[in-house]
Amino acid sequence: MDWYPLINSLRIAAISSVIVFFAGIFCAYYVAKLPRVIKGVLDVVLTLPLVLPPTVVGYFLLLIFGVQRPVGMWLDSIGIRFVMTWYGGIITAAVVAFPLMYRTARGAFESFDMTLAYSGQTLGLSNSYIFWRIRMPYCRQGILAGTVLAFARALGEYGATSMLIGYTPGRTATISTSVYQYWRTGDDRSAMIWVLINLAISAVVLLTVNLLEKKQKGGAHR
Amino acid sequence: MSLVVDIKKDLGEFKLDVSFTAENGVMGILGPSGCGKSMTLRCIAGVEKPDSGRIELDGVTLFDSERRVNLKPQARRVGYLFQNYALFPNMTVRQNILCGLRHEKDRAERERQLAEYLELMQLGGLEDHYPAQLSGGQQQRVALARILVNRPKLLLLDEPFSALDTHLREKLLVEMKAMLEHYGGVSLAVTHSRDEAYDLCASIALMQNGSIHMLKPTKQLFADPGTVAGASMTGCKNFSRARKVGEYEVEALDWGIRLTAAKPVAEDITHVGIRAHYFSPTCRQNNYPVKLLGSIEEPFEDIICFRYVNQNPDAPDLWWRIPKQFRPQGVSEDYSLGTAPANVLLLRDIK
Repeated sequence: MDWYPLINSLRIAAISSVIVFFAGIFCAYYVAKLPRVIKGVLDVVLTLPLVLPPTVVGYFLLLIFGVQRPVGMWLDSIGIRFVMTWYGGIITAAVVAFPLMYRTARGAFESFDMTLAYSGQTLGLSNSYIFWRIRMPYCRQGILAGTVLAFARALGEYGATSMLIGYTPGRTATISTSVYQYWRTGDDRSAMIWVLINLAISAVVLLTVNLLEKKQKGGAHR
Repeated sequence: MSLVVDIKKDLGEFKLDVSFTAENGVMGILGPSGCGKSMTLRCIAGVEKPDSGRIELDGVTLFDSERRVNLKPQARRVGYLFQNYALFPNMTVRQNILCGLRHEKDRAERERQLAEYLELMQLGGLEDHYPAQLSGGQQQRVALARILVNRPKLLLLDEPFSALDTHLREKLLVEMKAMLEHYGGVSLAVTHSRDEAYDLCASIALMQNGSIHMLKPTKQLFADPGTVAGASMTGCKNFSRARKVGEYEVEALDWGIRLTAAKPVAEDITHVGIRAHYFSPTCRQNNYPVKLLGSIEEPFEDIICFRYVNQNPDAPDLWWRIPKQFRPQGVSEDYSLGTAPANVLLLRDIK
């Protein structure tokens, strides 16, 4: 059996989760500090990929990264091509999963008790120390939950991925695009195998989220 | 050591406009919730920025809008005890206190100071506990230890006792007082409780709607608050409109009586006040017939409501606080109450 779709899906999901982790935290932290109007506009823009159909996201990504487009042409000239390559999947997965991380991180940051940051500052602690050693641990459950959700979403991404990188066995195939291809070509047995693999991974991910939430509630009693 | 503050900040609902100087010792800022007390402390600590003005500590300019100086909170050396103590929940007592010692590069010296303050604050044995495992009083001591090891030039205390139970509050008040004396520098304590302010502070600034409208030594402030708002904030319950009728005499218009004061009456007084504790049936001065009404029972005192016989019907009842054992037995028709001239507060009503 060809395990390529599993490996490809996992590496796309893992790399895009790392990108989304930092980008989501960065945006959540800085957007919260902006004036209200700009914050409202940015909030809508950053959350849009969550509610848009993935095909629409894929269409926009083709508008940007298509080889006939300025950005795509420029990237092509330096040897990077996101269309029809496995690492194009990182882009689609990251864009689609980003709002989940962004929103969960923002919710976690908003619940942060600012007097902790203030008292750290008056004690002479640097702002980066306060961020990494006080704010992040305080918000860790929300941020972990956001990361797991983003990973799950990245792993299951189909619409935008199939538009940008298509389906080439052994090159761009992921679990979700494989399921569709096997079903389309009448190979029900292979489709079922990948469906079961997908189910197993999703179940593990959701179980992790639940465990994290339970831990969070337990933590409040301490 | 001295602190000079003169700042303005628009807070939407009202404007903060605060100006005062504080010397070594504890100064209290007393005022109702939402009057701008905490915002004043935040501006001094540097976690909020005033719109304009100047803050100077010990000759060092912390903030000056004209010279565009605005030191970061990290550079101000101001210790800030928050209402909820703001201990870092993910760190142990030891780690929390060490946060205040990061300026000290020598490891052995850090450990020595940590041990010294654990001992001083009676926190021995609690080093490895997390804040959530401590009582309110212990949390307060950890927060103080963390601030004091940082050697601040100024201490800011924001409602230091409001998060504590009543019985703990009185005990900790005594401890805090000793600790502040040990510290020796300038301290500012914000509170809405006149009892805490009286016990803790050498001088008190009264604050209302964003500005300080009186700053006096504590005893003097309680003896002669000067304004209706000042008397009210220091706990006076009974007020009447008044006008001067003699050098030492005023007419209390709402109460329908004349009162003799202990000091010459100023021309511009508008009100008189008498604290609920200061009535006595045996005092012959300022003694007038009253009608006793209902009473409210408290653990050690009773509050008895009464009216003067000729009182203006629209004026509210007066309050008389009396220790239980002195409470009058049976109410006779011809009861009368007096008060010493020194207890007649001569007040102006400034809006």
